Amino acid sequence: MELTELTITKAHEGLKKKDFSAVELCQHFLDKIEKADKKIQALLTISQDLAISQAKKVDKIISKGKEIPILAGIPCVIKDNILVEGVRCTAGSKILENYIAPYDASVIKRLKEEEAVILGKTNMDEFAMGASGERSAFFPTKNPHDLTRVPGGSSSGSAAAVAAKMTCYALGSDTGGSIRQPASFCGVVGLKPTYGAVSRYGLIAMASSLDQIGPITKTVEDAKIVFDVIKGKDEMDSTSVNLKSEILNPKSEIRNLRIGVPKEYFIKGMDPEVEKIIKTAIKKYQELGAKIKEIFLPHTEYAIAIYYIIVPSEISANLARYDGIKYGLSKVKSQKSKVKSLLDVYLKSREEGLGDEVRRRIMLGTYALSAGYYDAYYLRAQKVRTLIREDFKKAFEKVDFILTPVTPTPAFKLGEKIEDPLLMYLCDVFTSPVNLAGLPAISIPCGKIGKLPVGLQIIGKPFEENNILKVAQIYENIRSNN
Amino acid sequence: MITKEEVKHIAKLARLGLSEKEIEKLQRELSSILDYFEKLKEVDISGIEPTTHSILVEDVMRNDETIANRKSQIAKKMLELAPETKDGYLKVKSIL
Repeated sequence: MELTELTITKAHEGLKKKDFSAVELCQHFLDKIEKADKKIQALLTISQDLAISQAKKVDKIISKGKEIPILAGIPCVIKDNILVEGVRCTAGSKILENYIAPYDASVIKRLKEEEAVILGKTNMDEFAMGASGERSAFFPTKNPHDLTRVPGGSSSGSAAAVAAKMTCYALGSDTGGSIRQPASFCGVVGLKPTYGAVSRYGLIAMASSLDQIGPITKTVEDAKIVFDVIKGKDEMDSTSVNLKSEILNPKSEIRNLRIGVPKEYFIKGMDPEVEKIIKTAIKKYQELGAKIKEIFLPHTEYAIAIYYIIVPSEISANLARYDGIKYGLSKVKSQKSKVKSLLDVYLKSREEGLGDEVRRRIMLGTYALSAGYYDAYYLRAQKVRTLIREDFKKAFEKVDFILTPVTPTPAFKLGEKIEDPLLMYLCDVFTSPVNLAGLPAISIPCGKIGKLPVGLQIIGKPFEENNILKVAQIYENIRSNN
Repeated sequence: MITKEEVKHIAKLARLGLSEKEIEKLQRELSSILDYFEKLKEVDISGIEPTTHSILVEDVMRNDETIANRKSQIAKKMLELAPETKDGYLKVKSIL
């Protein structure tokens, strides 16, 4: 077996048995990147020296006969909105093109404590604003299953790199679907944890009340391994919490499970092949003895409108920090006579450094929060958000999990939706309600249309990631046995 | 439809430089997105509390003290990222 095919568990075993060294493993992935990434363009920065030095350290530990943690020596890539000290961190934006991260994000700190090997930083829609990867200020990443199609977004490079075996696993971030949608389009596993389950310290903020970091992996087991390392309370993020009891309910045997299928997630205009694949997957659970119930989430149709009021509002505040004064692209030294005052520095630095979608959202958010409009947009959106939460709460009184498609269609063509912002926003129709309610959800591969993967979304109760992972594992087992 | 003047006003509030062409483009795009938001008016929100965070968020306080060693290192790194500094301060253009 090619070393780049290995899952985390298998690579860990190989390292322990000395079938290969950590440096060899790392080099295999670096070679694969060298070969495959010319076409796929998943990486923005390759941190070769860092990776090799981390791998050497692991080999030293192994040679001393010591135990190694599960992620030690296992190569990973990191979405470029998560800070890795000393490595360039662009968030896919021109305004941070030359920004070198001054410290490690808390998730990176935890990976480094495990002696992880960081191969590089992955491409993304600028500041995570997009669903296709085409909003990267640098270049669009391609879908490894079909190079004429998008990999999804905004964790485009992370999902594409895992799918193309350029890394063993990746970290992404999910604000309205940015882990699950690209995982679905690329045929890999993507977990969006409950809001608060993973520290956001060192994650470049988009919408702070929704952003979460999570793993993108080849298998459900690997997603659990990475999640277990990065989860938990961190003093640097006051919204982070420790997860409650990890012990699974013994009653969570498949035959006792109640699975909800929301009527509102099977809509007109949906690809009939996607619907068929999802319904077949749901049927598999039924055959194993789970009880399938039709449920109702009646406010689903308002999720996109709520999401695109709340998110731009938070963006307009969060992105005020890119001012050409503290760091990033600046016109302060511009010789042009137009940049005379402090205001000119702001206007010109932000005009040159921020891309179309980012500017559109800043404008939208500023408008929604401006005098006279606050009640009509932002406050109203927050109130309907409460109704979305209540929909889920009521549903979870009757069922243990909710199964849905991740997206209404498989990966679309590059360029297909880029001209129409609203059309692109609608990509988040099945994923953004989960963020608005702060719930955990996973996307797992469950079939293909031609060569294009389709993902199944499993939504669970708050902080019950372990149960979601268990239910996802059941499905993965059936699929790999067939 | 929002007016050109409104677009310019919002851009000024957002400290965002816009070209004349972009102002027209944003006028069209923002208008169609705002039209879509009208959908929320169908929902009866009387008596509904707003959600700011999906989990209960409480203020977390720590003692307000500097950690001498750490502070000097981080401060130095932060200043190195700034385009213009003078005597350990960020330098900005005149505001008057």
